[in-house]
Amino acid sequence: MTDTQQFCTFFLKEQFFGVPVQRVQEVIRYQEMTRVPLVPPEIRGLINLRGQIVMALDLRRRFEMEERPGSQLPMNVVVRTEDGAVSFLVDEIGDVLEAREENFEPPPETLHGKARELVRGVYKLQDRLMLVLDPERAIAGTETGRGEN
Amino acid sequence: MSDTEIIKEFLIESYENLDRLDQELIALEKDAANRETLASVFRTIHTIKGTSGFLAFNQLEAVTHLGENLLARLRDGQLVLTSEITTALLSMVDAVRQILGNIETTGQEGKRNDQELIDTLTRLLQNQVGNISAAAFSETGPPPRGLPKAPTELSNVPFSEDKANADDAAAAIARPNAGEPRRVEGVLVEHGTDSSPEGGATINGPHPPHGQSASESTIRVDVGQLDRLMNGMSELVLLRNQIVQYSNSTDDSELQGTSQRLNLLTTELQEGVMKTRMQPIGNIWSKFPRTVRDVALTCGKQVRIEMEGKETELDKTIIEAIKDPLTHLVRNAVDHGIESPETRRAAGKSPEGLLFLRAFHEGGQVNIEISDDGSGLDFEKIRNKAIQKALVSADQAARMTEREITNLIFLPGFSTAEKVTNVSGRGVGMDVVRTNIEKIGGTVDVQSRPARGSTVRMKIPLTLAIIPALIVHTGGDRYAIPQVSLLELVRLEGEQACNGVELVNGAPVHRLRGKLLPLVYLKRELKTEAANSPVSNQPQLDFSLARDQHRQWVEKIRQVMNGKLTMAAGEAGSHEKCELGKWIHSIGSGQLSKLSDTHLLEDSHRKLHQSILRVLTLKQEGNAAQASQEFAALELHSETITQLLAGVEMHAQDRESVNIVVLRADDRQFGLVVDEINDTEEIVVKPLSKQLKIINTYAGATIMGDGKVALILDVMGLAQRASVISEVRDRALVEKGNDDALGADKLGKHSAVLLFQYGESGRMAVDLALVARLEEFSRADVEFAGHQEVVQYRGQIMPLIRVSELLGGPRINSAQNNHESLQVVVYAQKGRSVGLVVDRILDIVEESLVMQSHTGRKGTLGSAVIQKRVTDILDVPGLIATAEQRQLLEANA
Repeated sequence: MTDTQQFCTFFLKEQFFGVPVQRVQEVIRYQEMTRVPLVPPEIRGLINLRGQIVMALDLRRRFEMEERPGSQLPMNVVVRTEDGAVSFLVDEIGDVLEAREENFEPPPETLHGKARELVRGVYKLQDRLMLVLDPERAIAGTETGRGEN
Repeated sequence: MSDTEIIKEFLIESYENLDRLDQELIALEKDAANRETLASVFRTIHTIKGTSGFLAFNQLEAVTHLGENLLARLRDGQLVLTSEITTALLSMVDAVRQILGNIETTGQEGKRNDQELIDTLTRLLQNQVGNISAAAFSETGPPPRGLPKAPTELSNVPFSEDKANADDAAAAIARPNAGEPRRVEGVLVEHGTDSSPEGGATINGPHPPHGQSASESTIRVDVGQLDRLMNGMSELVLLRNQIVQYSNSTDDSELQGTSQRLNLLTTELQEGVMKTRMQPIGNIWSKFPRTVRDVALTCGKQVRIEMEGKETELDKTIIEAIKDPLTHLVRNAVDHGIESPETRRAAGKSPEGLLFLRAFHEGGQVNIEISDDGSGLDFEKIRNKAIQKALVSADQAARMTEREITNLIFLPGFSTAEKVTNVSGRGVGMDVVRTNIEKIGGTVDVQSRPARGSTVRMKIPLTLAIIPALIVHTGGDRYAIPQVSLLELVRLEGEQACNGVELVNGAPVHRLRGKLLPLVYLKRELKTEAANSPVSNQPQLDFSLARDQHRQWVEKIRQVMNGKLTMAAGEAGSHEKCELGKWIHSIGSGQLSKLSDTHLLEDSHRKLHQSILRVLTLKQEGNAAQASQEFAALELHSETITQLLAGVEMHAQDRESVNIVVLRADDRQFGLVVDEINDTEEIVVKPLSKQLKIINTYAGATIMGDGKVALILDVMGLAQRASVISEVRDRALVEKGNDDALGADKLGKHSAVLLFQYGESGRMAVDLALVARLEEFSRADVEFAGHQEVVQYRGQIMPLIRVSELLGGPRINSAQNNHESLQVVVYAQKGRSVGLVVDRILDIVEESLVMQSHTGRKGTLGSAVIQKRVTDILDVPGLIATAEQRQLLEANA
């Protein structure tokens, strides 16, 4: 018997990522944001999600990838956390996939930099690899108040 | 109804009754003859006893049974209420409260030993009235009236009315001197018929709780339910704001009408929902008579408590938040504020102190005042305590105003209580009070007059969820500023915009009614200055440069006309290429492009160039007459241009107006400079996620009428960030520090001096106000910078001055000096520290110094008699100057 888990998937600069589907509150298109001065740059701002104020975190910036081209509007993957919802800004949304536990592996040695810190591991899917994002770590790094000086 | 539900009901009701009981017993102690109150107390105890018997809480029943018997005797005049009986009854109330607490948490009464209380109550019961004094009762009140009535009648008494009656009576009685005598009468007359005492035969029988009859007029609602209602209400307010904003942008009159109604209805509903959460402040005040009595008894003081405005309502969450701070302030006032009866008598006051609580609405806020008629704050004591606890330096303390000193009591770790009592003086307190009040967006302020008493004033918002806020724009973003901190709005226009902001050592200030208001530029604080806002991208418009260039051009052409200069037609250039043209073009693309003057300016400039071209061509062709005619037209254009420039400049300056939002933070004012000040709006405060909370610049966020999020500024945090608070203080010190004669001035008055020994037997004093700290350094810490002895001190290099050497004592070699450590008096001057090495620190004395003579001795200001000995007063600035001269000499040698 093998355990399977469902993932909500998305793309960041051609990289394929997944978040456990039960963590995802919803996926919505680009929303206008109110920027928050003095905070780390990956916190892009606050969005109004039907009366709920949600912090938007740019995963490209979080992974220290190059900036999204100006013409491309990010999508919001709204994730539930203990401290309320947080929205991850991603390039594109993929399907909801089912992945088998047996295909899981911890991050490969070749994974460098931020990705190693923020990724829980890799699922070997048939046609591609899916990096599993650790939402807590993705959010936690922004708390240190690096925006302050 | 299940058992647990019945018990829950019983607990809620009993707690309410107990709170009232405390108050009533205190009232009764003052006015033992008041049958009204006595009857109410009796009924309460009777109900608890009855229900506890019914629910088989035996201990509770035993205790209340005795209490009830005692009360019955009091009511029937067989006993007279003494302080002892009151204390016993209050202890009984406490015991009941504890048992109820146990029942609430464990469902059981718990193991208790109330034997002592039971003994006391029994003993008191046995003291029949005959044994004490039958006459006492007839002196103080009317004889008992009638016999107890049947138990059935008790349950028919409507609960709510019953309660109101008791409350009012107690309140009216608790403050016999507070005026409103009419009300006391009114209460007694209106409710006189209700006051029939019950009991007697009912004492032993179980009895249904009162609660059921109250259901007619009131219901109990779960607070969680109210919270959910309030949340829903907040959302509705936001939606309303959005719809109203949308409808205002359309021409649909029907929609506008509908949204107008929605607007009104929402406001009404909001008030209604908020009201359900409102509680009178009297709910927490009702505990204070007991608190005051207990504290006063412990301290051996006599205190009367008076209240005004106890019906003033506040949101439940706020009521809860201010409960502890208020209790602390009340205890403080009794413990510290009000003097002992002897002291009061000696000061010509009534031996009984007065504690006055007042609450009232003002400007959308609730003001709460706690005043006492005690001794007031002892400024000297606070000053010294603060120095002793190293909260401020002696230097700072000496220069503080009374108001600043008053604020010292809010510093953490501050307490002036001579000895630590269980009441207060543990050093936690006023800072916690202030923190808690500020946490809910309120402010605290203390005013004190020696021998007249002090008043603590609090301003508390009505509710936390929906607050009025001022909306401002800066750097293209919108921010909300809670109105609580808002003092006023200032707009500087035109010339004022340029002159109104001055710089003090680089820090911008504005003279507001003669006082300097430090300015904080929101854009700079938030570091959004480089934002792509249309304003910041504007090139600096230099109007005088434009005028100069224009004048130069016209002058050139004049010279051509006079033949002093030749110029080809080609050189005249086009209006697009000339400097002024470029300049005009630059404003044409910017914010001034919409001005009609700008277009006229461009037009005139083009015509000017056409004229120039014609003039030059005519000149070249030798047609002087036509050329000078054309030159006249040119001059006309030039004049128009000059006028238009002035016009545009005026507009430009108008755009450059300065908008200042004057805010209050921690009793200091500062001006927040923003791009634009908009309207005030009711906003719904939403908390920020953890990641954003760490930046204390924002108090939360809100959703605006257009559905976008706006940040709410935390005024306190912003002030700290901009270091307004310390900056102001520093500046005050700098200003005063410039006055070097200060040390000398001070010494005529009553002041504290530090005594130290120099050399073998020399004795000197230095004004304590000049001393920042006393330090001890190990010899090993002393290093050399050139010839100068220095130590590392707080991240700075502090030069050391050996006082005895400079005063002409023997030069002590480091090697000869067998002292292991150096006693150093740290003197801070304009941010620089200098250490004065003395041989021994003797004492700090407070004496009125009269300068006796000036011996002319180097480094001294003169001599004074201190502790009956002639002591030289050290001239610190003089000494430092001498040391510096000497250093120079040594360096040159």
